[in-house]
Amino acid sequence: MRGWLITFAALAALIAVSLLLGAASLEGDGWLLLVSRIPRTMAALLAGAGLALAGVVVQQVVQNRLVEPSLTGAPEASMLGLLAVTLIAPGMAVAGKMLIAAACALVGMIGFLALAKRLPRDDAMLLPIVGIVYGGILGAIGIWFAWAEDLVQYLGAWRLGEFSGVMMGRYEWLWAIAALAGLLYLVADRITILGLGETQARSLGLNYRQTRALGLVVVSVITALVLVTVGAFPFVGLVAPNLVARWRGDNLRANLPMVAIGGGALLLGADVIGRAVRYPFEIPAATVIAVLGAGVFLWLLHAAPRARHG
Amino acid sequence: MIDVQNLSYVVDGTEILHDVSTRLERGGITALIGPNGAGKSTLLHCISGLESPSCGSVRIDGLDPFTAPPRSRARAVALLQQSPALVSRLTVHELVSFGRWPHHQGRPTQADHDAVERALVAFALSDLADRSIATLSGGQRQRAFIAMTWAQETPWMLLDEPLNALDPRHARDLMARLHALSRDGARSIVIVLHDINAAAGWADHIVAMKDGRIVAQDASAALLTEDTLREVFDTPFELLEHRGRKVVVAR
Repeated sequence: MRGWLITFAALAALIAVSLLLGAASLEGDGWLLLVSRIPRTMAALLAGAGLALAGVVVQQVVQNRLVEPSLTGAPEASMLGLLAVTLIAPGMAVAGKMLIAAACALVGMIGFLALAKRLPRDDAMLLPIVGIVYGGILGAIGIWFAWAEDLVQYLGAWRLGEFSGVMMGRYEWLWAIAALAGLLYLVADRITILGLGETQARSLGLNYRQTRALGLVVVSVITALVLVTVGAFPFVGLVAPNLVARWRGDNLRANLPMVAIGGGALLLGADVIGRAVRYPFEIPAATVIAVLGAGVFLWLLHAAPRARHG
Repeated sequence: MIDVQNLSYVVDGTEILHDVSTRLERGGITALIGPNGAGKSTLLHCISGLESPSCGSVRIDGLDPFTAPPRSRARAVALLQQSPALVSRLTVHELVSFGRWPHHQGRPTQADHDAVERALVAFALSDLADRSIATLSGGQRQRAFIAMTWAQETPWMLLDEPLNALDPRHARDLMARLHALSRDGARSIVIVLHDINAAAGWADHIVAMKDGRIVAQDASAALLTEDTLREVFDTPFELLEHRGRKVVVAR
């Protein structure tokens, strides 16, 4: 209970800072708040929550805590799809772009799972490393492709997520994440059971393949929504679920809301820091989270074995 | 009764199970023994319905585990795999509660809570109920997973080498517990064992396998002879009698 109070207090403080912080004055009729500050704050919260939830799902599916969507090739595959759309059908409606981005993310993740299946399971570090290499290869193809077709600036915007362009009318797709979060909460038990591994999950009568497919589709859609709207962010899907698991355990029925709040707070915090350090200029939230996240990631790596033998 | 007919399992051209037919009667503990690679685990997984054989059929009290809906199957038979799962931060209570999932699918009733409590008591886990699995010793962790399988309250419980990585005390303790719990005949336990003496000491029936075939099957006392053991394990054994129990010693 105290944990929830502290979390909500911290979240409220972050939101207040985010709403008040900016080059322009808030004096007047609140128009700026409505059109810019509230959308920006909500976008960071929704994107962060979505990435954290996607992280939990991926971790349960591959039974490895050191993996997250951006370490499965999903965003890179998604960018490849978006590049193709930009080239072939630049006028496509946003919904169509989302759909293609999500489909490509799914294909990318299926490729990663096929790789993961062949790896020995005894070294937890192997899978994230393979994910980095796999994502790197897909990303390199994207860069080559973008360079050849003169689309590098598009790629840059996707690869380095930030919120300075968020305004009313330009972020509302992210609200779909709230619906997906609700869906995940309904199947929270099933996602937890996935984490026991295929044999044990099936022995408990879970329809393993169907549940895994549902989880991966949700992850793909979240990846696409975030990528198309505000760009890619590393580490959120890794850090938020791991911190919550360390603090409150693995029962997702109880903890999914905390994972979502944690992810949202993390990304909003990164955005606020990015807006504050060189005020009135901005550093992209993705850059801030990369620095912070890398630190937490190293700590997790160091701390993981201790928990194992605890 | 578990009825296995003409079960074969081929993977990448290698025959792991070769035309296995057998019947396992209900009640007590049935041990699957045999050398490494004999096909014990594969047979266990095929019986559970979680691994599909290349050909042949399995009936668990009449139920076909390969075609039955997952939930019906999960109420007829429960399998605990060897060295299960990653380091989980579920608590013992949460883990054992998932054993009830095939019964309630997310909406536990009082009956489910009671079953979880019974399983915690049966495996002496009540004091550890709120501990995270990740903080337990190997023996305690194994007990927690077995308690989850026990809470599933299936007529058949299949355990794949549960004594792996347990020291002698915990191994003995676990076998004694399973033995005591299976005396009322309500649950039948099929267990893959590496240690012949664990089978000799606690199993009611023994199925001996070698090279994907069943070589011998009988009540424990009748099956354990020096000749049979030599044939199964390709190595000479001596059978001793200690306080009315058979003890097997490799020569």
